[in-house]
Amino acid sequence: MNPIFKILSNLGDQVTSRIWRLGSAARLFLLTLMYSGESFKRIHLTIREIYFTGVMSFIIIVVSAFFVGMVLGLQGYYTLQKYGSSESIGVLVALALLRELGPVVTALLFAGRAGTAITAEIGLMKATEQLSAMEMMAVSPIARIIGPRFWAGVISMPILASIFSMVGVLGGYLVAVPIIGVDHGAFWSQMNVNVDFRFDVVNGLIKSFVFGVACTIIALYEGYDAPPTAEGVSRATTRTVVTSSLTVLGLDFILTSFMIAH
Amino acid sequence: MTQKNIIEIENLSFGYGNRMLHKGINMVFPRGKVTAIMGGSGCGKTTILRLIGGQINPKVGQVSVDGKIVHKQDRHGIYELRRKMGMLFQHGALFTDLSVFDNVAFPIREHTKLPESMIRDLVLMKLNAVGLRGAHKLMSTELSGGMARRVALARAIALDPDIIMYDEPFAGLDPISMAVICDLIRTLNDALGATSIIVTHDVEEAFSFADYIYFVADGVVAAEGTPKELSKSKLPFVHQFVHGEKDGPVPFHYNAPSYKKDIYESV
Repeated sequence: MNPIFKILSNLGDQVTSRIWRLGSAARLFLLTLMYSGESFKRIHLTIREIYFTGVMSFIIIVVSAFFVGMVLGLQGYYTLQKYGSSESIGVLVALALLRELGPVVTALLFAGRAGTAITAEIGLMKATEQLSAMEMMAVSPIARIIGPRFWAGVISMPILASIFSMVGVLGGYLVAVPIIGVDHGAFWSQMNVNVDFRFDVVNGLIKSFVFGVACTIIALYEGYDAPPTAEGVSRATTRTVVTSSLTVLGLDFILTSFMIAH
Repeated sequence: MTQKNIIEIENLSFGYGNRMLHKGINMVFPRGKVTAIMGGSGCGKTTILRLIGGQINPKVGQVSVDGKIVHKQDRHGIYELRRKMGMLFQHGALFTDLSVFDNVAFPIREHTKLPESMIRDLVLMKLNAVGLRGAHKLMSTELSGGMARRVALARAIALDPDIIMYDEPFAGLDPISMAVICDLIRTLNDALGATSIIVTHDVEEAFSFADYIYFVADGVVAAEGTPKELSKSKLPFVHQFVHGEKDGPVPFHYNAPSYKKDIYESV
């Protein structure tokens, strides 16, 4: 075969297979929404999954947020003092966390902590025929397995992002006020005046909601689509982290563009 | 009117891509009987169970369960048919996050609104039937292979199905567990008035309890009959399979170029 033709053919294969996967992920997303009524009938399952995905991610979110806030405090102070506006450190930390770092870093941590667990669990359920067994018992795995995990992720993400931003602000405060010596009142009052609820807080929550949908459906799809082998599940788990991270960063740019334009 | 055959497979062809696994298979499964489907590994025995359960659709032909063509049913229709079926998977397929009790209770809780006290009685009765009532508090991950298979069997019969399908029920079991499962298949079939289909390649066990046997090879039904008829069969494939001869119509070697050519000319 002509080498150029071979390269083009491989490229075509790659593109087609990615489009096909995107289509089946979208199909799974729609089916999950369609079966949501059945999923919510078993609300205890969603609550249980909120515990596994949300509550179990709490520690990693709090610790990361604290360090991110402290680093922001240090870096922010170092830069702001050059311009004589070190009192604005509170605003800088709050805006950076609420608008960007809170939703984005939470989503990246969520993909690594909860997303991988979801993919591995569903992939192994498929490999051990648990999903087939459920289908043969006339119980839809989408309503019983996928739906509760999806809604747990979507509900958990904005809450985790809010906790991240709050703890991050406290981290920034700890470095800026007690350690560096920025004025306590200036730190909070400048933040109070310059942070807009609709533009900063709500937009951050919208972002984390969208990231919640994206990260959870990617993790679920990768698990549901994983070849039922050890290698298949491990590759699917890796793909969950890579695809979720890139999707979050890409979506962040798109959402930010729309939010700033309005 | 109740039909004599609860399942009928007519001119069934199925395959993945261009590779055809089945090429015009015809089978019938009479009510109340235990029928075994036998054949070498990879001949598509398990796929026949998945076609009966409507998890995949045939390319040609049809499968009818209780007079209804499976692949023409919508989701609701398929689920209605599946409620008449119980399936024992090769490795049990128990839900690993649930206890033995909850595994058996799963189909009852999903499909009925029975009070918890009645569910408890039913589950213990089913577990008692497979001899594992005392293990109801264990997690499914704490069970041996044979015990897991028996719990899965209790789960498969939880709703008293009309059809019980067994996918390689003896694979990887010790002789005692094998004898227990063997006995349970026949006993449960007769006690529940069900119809059983067993996919297996264990000749001795299948011949000991099946009423009728189908041999599948090269995508077609190579032979069929009662165990007595098949044990006397002169057909080369059946003879090789029943007596476990390593070479015959099913060759020992996978399709390959000549040995000499591979050894001397590949360098």
